[in-house]
This record gives sequence, structure tokens and C-alpha cells, in this order.
Amino acid sequence: MTPAISVAGLTRRYHDNLALDQVDLEVEAGSIVGLLGRNGAGKTTLLRILAGQEFPSSGSVLVQGARPAENEAVLRRMVFVREDQTYPDFKVRHALRVASWFYPNWSAELADALLADFGLPAGRAVKKLSRGMRSALGIVIGLAARADVTMFDEPYAGLDAVARQIFYDRLLADYAERPRTILLSTHLIDEAAGLLERVIVIDQGRIVLTADADDLRGVATAVSGPVLAVDEFTAGRAVWGRRGLAGQASVVVVGALDEADRLRARSLHLDLGPLTLQQLVVQAAAQPADTVERTSA
Amino acid sequence: MRDMAGLDEDTPLFAQIAGRLAEEIADGGLAEGERVPSMNELAAFYRINPATAAKGINLLADDGLLEKRRGIGMFVASGARRRLLAQRRQRFAAQYVEPLVTEAARLGIDDDELVTLVRESTHALPVDARGGASE
Repeated sequence: MTPAISVAGLTRRYHDNLALDQVDLEVEAGSIVGLLGRNGAGKTTLLRILAGQEFPSSGSVLVQGARPAENEAVLRRMVFVREDQTYPDFKVRHALRVASWFYPNWSAELADALLADFGLPAGRAVKKLSRGMRSALGIVIGLAARADVTMFDEPYAGLDAVARQIFYDRLLADYAERPRTILLSTHLIDEAAGLLERVIVIDQGRIVLTADADDLRGVATAVSGPVLAVDEFTAGRAVWGRRGLAGQASVVVVGALDEADRLRARSLHLDLGPLTLQQLVVQAAAQPADTVERTSA
Repeated sequence: MRDMAGLDEDTPLFAQIAGRLAEEIADGGLAEGERVPSMNELAAFYRINPATAAKGINLLADDGLLEKRRGIGMFVASGARRRLLAQRRQRFAAQYVEPLVTEAARLGIDDDELVTLVRESTHALPVDARGGASE
């Protein structure tokens, strides 16, 4: 099957700044993928290029097997909701009507239901909406488009925790009904982690980790306790980041621990704290790329 | 942290889903022959990716604890409860007795005293909870 997204050797340079550096990437059709990384890591540049809104300096980009730039057939099958999306001088209902003309799979029924969920008034002028309401409008369009490739770039500026939960729940519900490729760029990793089938971690324009989200849970463990015991336990293991204070030390051990390891840690009076996906991503972004690839293989 | 109905983020979710279904079967909440929630039902309830939920279901199916009925869904296989309870019994010593004995030794509680404590706490249980659940 053709991957939904296929990127090879993609580089984007702005003057002296390398926004994307030799990115290779494949996204399987029908999966929900998290694009994770710090601000300025290159997430938005990557999404804009995928959406045909920006050109690569070099490298190839295929969406649904075709180049997206200036390719209407592909662009109608994808939707890109930007952080702080701007709109012409429209009312909410007009913005939705325009979107309905553009996207062949548009669901007016879903759009109406989502408007109600977010409490968005259809007759209000978009420029009179609060920041959060404008984000909600982007989400309504992004979901109701039911596009084969759906991309959200930090879509929830100004949305509170309740509204974000509505977004996650509706996204899952509609995805269950109409599976499609969804790319969600976010820095709220703990919130979104459960939704994701795969994660792509990008740092300084380079992909530092791609993996099944579930494979990463529990794959690294913070081990802390007396220095000597920590050293004994971690000898010969791959470790990240070591912190120490007086006689105490804490390191991150990469690789799943088995029952024997746990018993041994207990007998050495060590504390074991498995890393959440968010903590792991933070750690991964701080490592040289080759160590991450080695440990996730 | 988002509410995932009690799942945690630091062990694989598919294993937690499988574990919870297994618990429900062992406790009799899901009876043998009963339909198990679908991947989408589990995904909506736990607020997780459907593929992850499916992986949890499949883990139990591969183990023969669930069986697929084409076009209808997954059902609890016959004998599943008995097998799960047997597994739990096997784990009981390592999971509960060993830590108990280790901690007792650390506190200087000798064997007789430990046995007395266990007896006393058994007597504190309601009658129907003593030695039950084995069938």
C-alpha cells in the first residue's frame, strides 16, 4: 500500500538557518501520528511543506503518492489546520460553507454537531471570536473535512482543558467511524499521548525518533538511590543523563526491565520510576541522534 | 494528565487493556460466552488509540482466552476464567507472600508472629470472602 506521506532527503533552509535537515519519513495510511518536539524544532515547516504551502530547498515530498505543491487533486484530499489560523472577514457559517465547497468528503452534520459541542455561534463574525473560539473553528473545519490526510498544528491556542478534551474525544470518535491519516503536532504530549499510534520526534530540524507510541511506554526507567548501588545496577546498560547529589545518584536506564531486574533493584534499595512518553520524548530530544536510534531499534 | 479511566502512561497501554479485561474475566464481571467490548468501544472509554485497544484484545485472543465470532465480535472463551485464576495463584507467592516475608524479617517479626497476624486479618474479613473465589 502507498504510504499516506513519504518524505526523502527533505531539507529546508532559510538563509543561514537549517529548518529541516535531510528528513526521511513515512506515515502509514490510516494511523494517528504525533509530531512531537520543542518550539522551533521544525514541526510547522514540515507540515507546511506537506500541505503544499511552502517549497523544499531539496528532497522529495509525496502525499498520497503525489507531490502536493500546486496539486489541487491532492490538496482537496488533505486539510491543514494551523496554529492561529486566520480567516477572511466572514461569519462562522460562511467559513464553514466555503470549506464545504472545497472538501469532497465534508460532513455538514458533523460540523453542526461540533459547533454545538464547542458552543460556537454560527452567526458571529470570525474576527469577533475569542482566540479559543477561533481555534475551535479550525478544529471544526479540520474534522468535518474528513480529509484523507488531516493535519493539525498545535490547533488549540486559547482552548481550555475542557475544550481540548472535547477535541480529543471527537477526533477519536470520528476516526473510529472514518479512519484516516491524522498528523497532530503538539507539545502537550501527556494529554495527547493516548490517542497516538505512532510518534515522530523532531529536534533541530532532524528526526530523532520514530516509534510506536506504545513501544515507548516503560522502555526507559529512572533509577535512583545511593551512588554505589546505582553504579552496580546500571553497569553495562545503556543510560541517559546522570544526576548526582552527595551520595545519591539518578540515571535513566534505556531498555525494558524484567522481573529479575526489579527484584535486584529492590534488594539494592533503589527507586525505579518508569518514564512517561512525555519524559521520554524530552530525554530523546536531548540525546545525540545515533544513541536514540540504537536504543529504539 | 488526561483522564484515561485509570490507565497510566508509564507502561504499554495494550498490556494494561489486556490486563484489565483479564481481571474482569477472572472476577466474573465478564462471563464466559459473553461479548467483549469492541476495539472502538474500548478506545472511546479509555480515550486511547483504537489500534492500541485492538492490540490488547488480540493479546488475549492469541492466548485463547477470547474467541472471535466472525462478523459479531470477540467473546470470552470457555475455560478462560479457570485458566486466569490458576495463573493468579501461581503469581500469588511472588507477588504477595515474598514481599510480606521480606518486610516482616526486616522488622524482626518472627514466623509465629507473622502467622498469627495473617490469621487475625483473615478473621477480620467478612465470612463470604474467606477462601472464596476459587470455585
